[in-house]
Amino acid sequence: MPATTKMTYREAVRSGLREALRSDPRVFLMGEDVGRYGGAFAVSMGLLEEFGSERIRDTPLSESTFVGAGIGAALGGMRPIVEIMTVNFSLLALDQILNNAATLRHMSGGQFSVPLVVRMATGGGRQLAAQHSHSLEGWYAHIPGIKVLAPATVEDARGMVLAALLEPDPVFIFEHATLYPLEGDVDESAGPPDITRAAVRRNGGGVTLITYGGSLGKTQQAAGQLALENIGAEVIDLRTLRPLDTAAILSSVGKTHRAVVIDEAWRTGSLAAEISAVIMEGAFDDLDAPVARVCSEEAPMPYAKHLEEAALPSADKIVTAVRSLF
Amino acid sequence: MSETGSVSAFGDRDHLLLLLREMIRIRRFEEKAAELYSLGKIRGFLHLYIGEEAVAVGAMQALTSEDAIVATYRDHGQALARGIPPGSLMAEMFGKANGCSRGRGGSMHFFDAPRRFYGGYAIVGGGLPIAVGLALADKLQNRQRVTACFFGDGAVAEGEFHESMNLAALWGLPVLFLCENNLYAMGTALNRHQSQIDISFKARAYAIPSDSVDGMDVTAVEEAARLAVQTVRESGFPYLLEVRAYRFRAHSMADPDLYRTKQEIETWKTRDPITTFSGRLRGRGLLNESDLAAIESAVGAEIAEAVSFAEAGPWEPVSELTKDVYTAR
Ligand SMILES: Cc1ncc(C[n+]2csc(CCOP(=O)(O)OP(=O)(O)O)c2C)c(N)n1
Ligand SMILES: [Mg+2]
Repeated sequence: MPATTKMTYREAVRSGLREALRSDPRVFLMGEDVGRYGGAFAVSMGLLEEFGSERIRDTPLSESTFVGAGIGAALGGMRPIVEIMTVNFSLLALDQILNNAATLRHMSGGQFSVPLVVRMATGGGRQLAAQHSHSLEGWYAHIPGIKVLAPATVEDARGMVLAALLEPDPVFIFEHATLYPLEGDVDESAGPPDITRAAVRRNGGGVTLITYGGSLGKTQQAAGQLALENIGAEVIDLRTLRPLDTAAILSSVGKTHRAVVIDEAWRTGSLAAEISAVIMEGAFDDLDAPVARVCSEEAPMPYAKHLEEAALPSADKIVTAVRSLF
Repeated sequence: MSETGSVSAFGDRDHLLLLLREMIRIRRFEEKAAELYSLGKIRGFLHLYIGEEAVAVGAMQALTSEDAIVATYRDHGQALARGIPPGSLMAEMFGKANGCSRGRGGSMHFFDAPRRFYGGYAIVGGGLPIAVGLALADKLQNRQRVTACFFGDGAVAEGEFHESMNLAALWGLPVLFLCENNLYAMGTALNRHQSQIDISFKARAYAIPSDSVDGMDVTAVEEAARLAVQTVRESGFPYLLEVRAYRFRAHSMADPDLYRTKQEIETWKTRDPITTFSGRLRGRGLLNESDLAAIESAVGAEIAEAVSFAEAGPWEPVSELTKDVYTAR
């Protein structure tokens, strides 16, 4: 029995960062307020004191340039971890991400790789309105040349940092902001997890609920409710949004014959749409009902609590969507 | 200015002839590229450097093989001056697998790992943060290297210029920011895109040392670049060198060049960096007709060989289209 420690998701990310910083001198962390302030979400609290200002680097408000500098430092032999406060601000760095990080290896004919890790918070549910609440990780999952991770559990919050650093190519980690206080048991001696596989978080035979990140909790809750109605829901946590573990999706749908995709992003042109297409292409004959989607309403995220709740996926919406398939 | 241009400081005749030969190599290489473009051998965007050769050739003299180069889509001059074989550059423009980027980049995206040539970047301003990061890696690993980042006057209007100058100064990073001010960003003249047209002046906002130099005079560029690189190397701090030059050709092969007068172009051509420099060398008795003919014929042979290399190169098999999107594991 490995010894586990109870910790929050926030502490788990920090534990992963600390281990990476301790074990590899090439690793350093940079971003806005990661040092003296301790991180906008307090993830890096204490790391400046432990590792010093050379390795825990506060940056100016220059998303494009510090992400680009991360790319350059990776080209120069370092293993940078760049923190962008939230996905909303990452848009200012999209040029560097899409035009440089994702292209350099291919466009240089394989001469240069970019072993860069970028972490950022994503998602809504905290009444922060339309410039701090969106879930844009699906956009990133559109880009060949990068990998996209979305830890939904405390264990993955830690492990994915370590796994990302083993990758020779750029990896983007999306941490749902409502998960930071989540508690769980973590084996701090565990090595990096396999990030090529989705995880079945609950077994069931009646319907497959496919989700990731901040929606896993709501989906589990919905699965609990559905059990009371004698619908066995299988819950798949995608974990990695690019490349998708399509085999896991298809094998579950092959068993349950029904699928609902739960994704906090907007429905139109979403990752949920992609997953739905994957099922249509790979399991069309297995389906007993059309694939359903539970996504955010097609509006900028509102501030008022009741409106925000109405905009986001919820356990009730998931249950309703599942019922409609029978 | 060019008549009094400094030659004596670099009095070694061999070196002066090398500067001349390097400029001629770039000129002839690009004239050939333009010709091959008309023949459809080269496609896509082709941005010629003709008129600006003294900038890359002068600047490159100041850098060692340990230093890094970051360039733009107008990258033929830097790549040749850096010593990337012209065959691999020509093959790249042909889209061949023996090109320096295996035909994935074309004219705008030359890369060469052994020569620390980190690429031509075609998003204006996009290379500057990369240069900052390369310099950061050097600083963190205690390497006394310089990263030279070439960009145009147009890039100075981008946020990334200001962000990169600020970050490099804030963190004390050894970057030579080298602005090739050719007075135009495509068709928009400097005074129509900059509130302050003295680009080197902008460095003061970041307390970065800076200078500006006549980019039509190769030895003046070399001298200024040597001072700049030495300053960066000794201080570990950035430097902004504005090199004032002019492109004789249109922005790209697609540009009808309607935004400036023929007269303006002709006036600048009287300051052609190759003819003025060879004139100076002749005047000092350092170059005669047969020296020049020997250079031309060696360069001509080298370029003919580059074209044959490109012609003979294989196409990358389509089965390798997605190779190197990710590292093979
Ligand atoms: C971000 C961005 N905006 C616009 C363009 C289109 N564009 C290509 S080159 C260029 C002009 C750049 O001028 P300058 O930086 O002075 O370089 P030069 O071409 O003169 O060498 C423009 C507008 C681009 N490539 N990238
Ligand atoms: Mg210009």
